[in-house]
Amino acid sequence: MAKFNKKKDGDLPAVSTASLPDIVFMLLFFFMTVTTMKDSSLLVENTLPNASETKKLEKKDRVIYIYVGRPTSQYQKVFGSEPKIQLNDKFANVSEVGDYILQERAKKPQELQNVLTTSLKVDKNANMGLISDIKQELRKVNALKVNYTTYEGDAFRNLQ
Amino acid sequence: MPRRGGPPEVNAGSMADIAFLLLIFFLVTTTIETDAGLDRMLPPMEPPDTDVVIKQKNIFTVNINKNGQLLVEEQLMDLKNLRKAATDFLDNGGDGTCNYCKGPNDASSSDNPTKAIISLKNDRETKYGTYITVQNELVGAYNDLRNREAQRLYGRNFTDMEAEFLNPETPSSVRDELKDKVKRVQDLFPQKLSEAETNTSN
Repeated sequence: MAKFNKKKDGDLPAVSTASLPDIVFMLLFFFMTVTTMKDSSLLVENTLPNASETKKLEKKDRVIYIYVGRPTSQYQKVFGSEPKIQLNDKFANVSEVGDYILQERAKKPQELQNVLTTSLKVDKNANMGLISDIKQELRKVNALKVNYTTYEGDAFRNLQ
Repeated sequence: MPRRGGPPEVNAGSMADIAFLLLIFFLVTTTIETDAGLDRMLPPMEPPDTDVVIKQKNIFTVNINKNGQLLVEEQLMDLKNLRKAATDFLDNGGDGTCNYCKGPNDASSSDNPTKAIISLKNDRETKYGTYITVQNELVGAYNDLRNREAQRLYGRNFTDMEAEFLNPETPSSVRDELKDKVKRVQDLFPQKLSEAETNTSN
């Protein structure tokens, strides 16, 4: 004899969560396709200047990054508050820039080695002296294509 | 008791949790931005074999001092006027050989856009922000002129054409077609921006 449990009145039926994984997977794929991996964490303050005549830096595998700026507050005790260069995950001197570029270039596949761009991510309060020194180093190792990476915006905001 | 139907269902209730974990991992380790900036070529280290003689009137000198003030052609200038001054200089067409120039035709300014050179000098203590603003204005002057010519020849902006040309997602048939157009406009106003080594401050 079949036995029927009578449903209690006032008990709401449970919302089906069967499609929840699908929704989450959709989100996941969205983020996987539109984002790129972070390569290094910043040790320096890095408020880039604004510029309006920018060109997009396509193809991340052809770019070498150099960060310049004042060390962040937690490093200021050790490294002082003068702008420093950050290569990969550590602070470096101007003289190390050339070696770093050569090292990074050697890591890239042969066919890309001649088309590399050096992206200079420089804090807008840094002095040009340091940048000129970096540029000299880049010229020495024949890394002539540079990109002064900036935010998109009105260039006159840099002056304030 | 014999089992009815197929094998028992696998419990997929934790699937959502797993997917969430992955999602959060990707949210944390990735960034959404793509970088953009001003592209520049540095001069090669070895000097050219032959000394090129350049007439003074074909050089447009821009000096930035440590306070961010501009000295353009030996005269103090506000940054806001730089783009106009650079455009006038490039577009001048002093010797009449440039048939697309619309500039003032001043005999004491540049002869032809292909001969005009902008020379940028800065102090070691110049702020990077100021330097970028100046660079931006000079590149802007070139872009304005190139846009004008591209509008005249092809009816669209040079910056659009170049962006589409550089975009790797553009199909190669379109790219090949754009390549000649971009090259042609670039040759009308070649970017000759020389950066001298910085002065030591004193």
